[in-house]
Amino acid sequence: MNKLWLIIKREYLTRVTKKTFILATLGTPLALALFLAAELYIIGYESESNRIAVVDDAGLVKGTTKALKDNKTVKFFVRNESLDELKEKYLDLNYNGVLYLPEKLSQSVRKDIKVEYYSDDKLGMVSKAYIEKVVGKRVEELRITKSGYDRKVLDGFETSVEMKQRTTTGEEDEKSFSAEIATFIGMLIGYIMFFVVMIYGSMVMRSVMEEKTNRIVEVIISSVKPFQLMLGKIIGVGMVGLTQLGIWAILIPGIVMAASFFLQGAVDPSSLEDLGGMGGDFDQESTQEYILKALEEMREMNWWAIIPTSILFFLGGYFLYSSIFAALGSAVGDDVAEAQSLTVPVSMLLVIGFLLMIAAIRNPNSSLAFWSSLVPFFSPILMPARLAFNPAWWEIALSLVILVITSLFFVWLSAKIYRVGILMYGKKATPKEIVKWMFYTE
Amino acid sequence: MNVLELIDVVKRYENHTAVDNVSFTVPQGTIYGLLGPNGAGKTSLIRIITTITRADRGTVLLNGEKINSSTPSKIGYMPEERGLYKKMKVGEQLMYLAQLKGLSKRDAKKEISDWLDKFDVASWWDKRIEELSKGMQQKIQFISTIIHRPKLLILDEPFSGLDPINANLIKDEIYQLNQEGTSIIFSTHRMEQVEEICEHIVLINKGKKVLDGNMKQVKLDNKENLYRIDYEGTLPNHIGDQFKLESSSENELLIKVSPDEDSNQLLAALIQNNVHVTSFNEVLPTLNDIFIKQVGHSDE
Repeated sequence: MNKLWLIIKREYLTRVTKKTFILATLGTPLALALFLAAELYIIGYESESNRIAVVDDAGLVKGTTKALKDNKTVKFFVRNESLDELKEKYLDLNYNGVLYLPEKLSQSVRKDIKVEYYSDDKLGMVSKAYIEKVVGKRVEELRITKSGYDRKVLDGFETSVEMKQRTTTGEEDEKSFSAEIATFIGMLIGYIMFFVVMIYGSMVMRSVMEEKTNRIVEVIISSVKPFQLMLGKIIGVGMVGLTQLGIWAILIPGIVMAASFFLQGAVDPSSLEDLGGMGGDFDQESTQEYILKALEEMREMNWWAIIPTSILFFLGGYFLYSSIFAALGSAVGDDVAEAQSLTVPVSMLLVIGFLLMIAAIRNPNSSLAFWSSLVPFFSPILMPARLAFNPAWWEIALSLVILVITSLFFVWLSAKIYRVGILMYGKKATPKEIVKWMFYTE
Repeated sequence: MNVLELIDVVKRYENHTAVDNVSFTVPQGTIYGLLGPNGAGKTSLIRIITTITRADRGTVLLNGEKINSSTPSKIGYMPEERGLYKKMKVGEQLMYLAQLKGLSKRDAKKEISDWLDKFDVASWWDKRIEELSKGMQQKIQFISTIIHRPKLLILDEPFSGLDPINANLIKDEIYQLNQEGTSIIFSTHRMEQVEEICEHIVLINKGKKVLDGNMKQVKLDNKENLYRIDYEGTLPNHIGDQFKLESSSENELLIKVSPDEDSNQLLAALIQNNVHVTSFNEVLPTLNDIFIKQVGHSDE
């Protein structure tokens, strides 16, 4: 036990004190934050406020004050000068450009209308979208007034449909919205599972190969059992993985929050709305409502069940795959090409699991989702992803029990291969030989 | 008292028997040679003794006790395929290996410091293994093997990859450890390497024991009654008729005395014939000669 602990400690410490580990662990969230900040900065860049002179030949804004609503980045100033005059001196008057609303606009009944903007500097995407929206709204208002219809009556025609899902007993099914959130969370967990098992499993394999190539392995197993060495390595590397995930779990939300806090002053959130508005109507209120609802929904998720269960599935999957990787590493030694060809089938299993996960999330109650989450090679990716959809507890338990039993079996089987493989030098092991090693007595 | 006793040890692999009913005993405090060509089963035997693998049959006794899970901490084993973690520092590496051998942190630190001082390399503690030359790495490897003061030291091809200077350094250490009471098993296929070092040997081939025993006795048992004579003056022709002349060159003779004759008769005949003998030696066979004689072919 004491020796196992020594091995775990070494495997863990040599990795977490490596420069590359520290760089990757701290660098990834920082890079993410930089990326986010850069994106927000780029979007918000031209928002230093555009002062826009408006030549209103169409008479859109006559008589009303602030018919064109300003926002933080776009400010309208209706001028009495002619377009040509303003084109000459807009810079001297400290404007960024001139918006020209032509006379024919007031007569037009077309759906698509055109206005012009004159400036030597181009407007940003967001500001352009905002101006188009504001002018469009104003034209719409005028057309309504002209037609003589009552605005309120017209508004009364507007319809929006929300479909509520009910169970056959009439209960309101509140899961319709949560399904969207669950899909997101499930995908995220599935992704993380896939990459972590893949990355740390192959790290175990490389480490086994390295020990064999270094010729240190026989020195070590003259004091400890091969099984202890293998187990210590798997646990040690797994703890490195958990450490990295743990640091990320704290750092990434922290950095995102800090970044959004610092950028809040610099970026007008409505400018993001306007960008969204280009695609369709997506107004500020409904977005905010959506985000709040999503956060509420996430808060209401049963994290106390999801997180520990996910960790259990992670451990099962990690032990299963990393022990297979360890066995393969012991069989190939320093032949990297050989190692790659042997890992392909194992990686394929993970990839299939990943694809099944995506299918299962689209259709969480399908029989495909049910049966494939019982297969231990897929369940570590599938089941945690499905947890957000509240599958039956016995399904989770059954899947977990099968996974744990299979993992233990593979750890035992891999140990048998590992024990023989690490002491084989100078000759390539064929898959047939590897199978024979399983049946060697000690 | 025997430090190690093997009784009818058998280890079979799928298509061959690596160790075939081997028995021998290693007396306490000796330097013992485990000899045989490549593939004879030496490493298989050692792995059984060090409990890395288990024998299919037979008994291995260490200090009269059947080998068990505590055996590794009593044995120092330097495998033929040996190495160290290249990226680890000398100190960390030795601390790790010493603690795996069961030393406490404090004892390990003290022992390591002592040994590094002894080899004049105390300043290496914070050096990475990959920064050291091959010979230097071997010193560290040797220290790691004996750090827990084992009663039995097993060295598999200890000089392979070592230049003569470093080989001598290790050799001196081996002698000194032996003086202090450590029993040493020395496994090699280079028989000439052990002639001068080992007091006892066991010779194995194809998994079977060929012979074993005290080195001198083994040589005597296998001697061919060959004598080398240096002389001055002329040699009468009839000496060659009376005795079997193996070779003769100027002032040197190699004569084989038949088993029913005595070397004194040869000496007497020479003297009677007025041959001025300046030296008269029995030529004992080398281990390589014995091996060839016993198994009928040479390894190299």
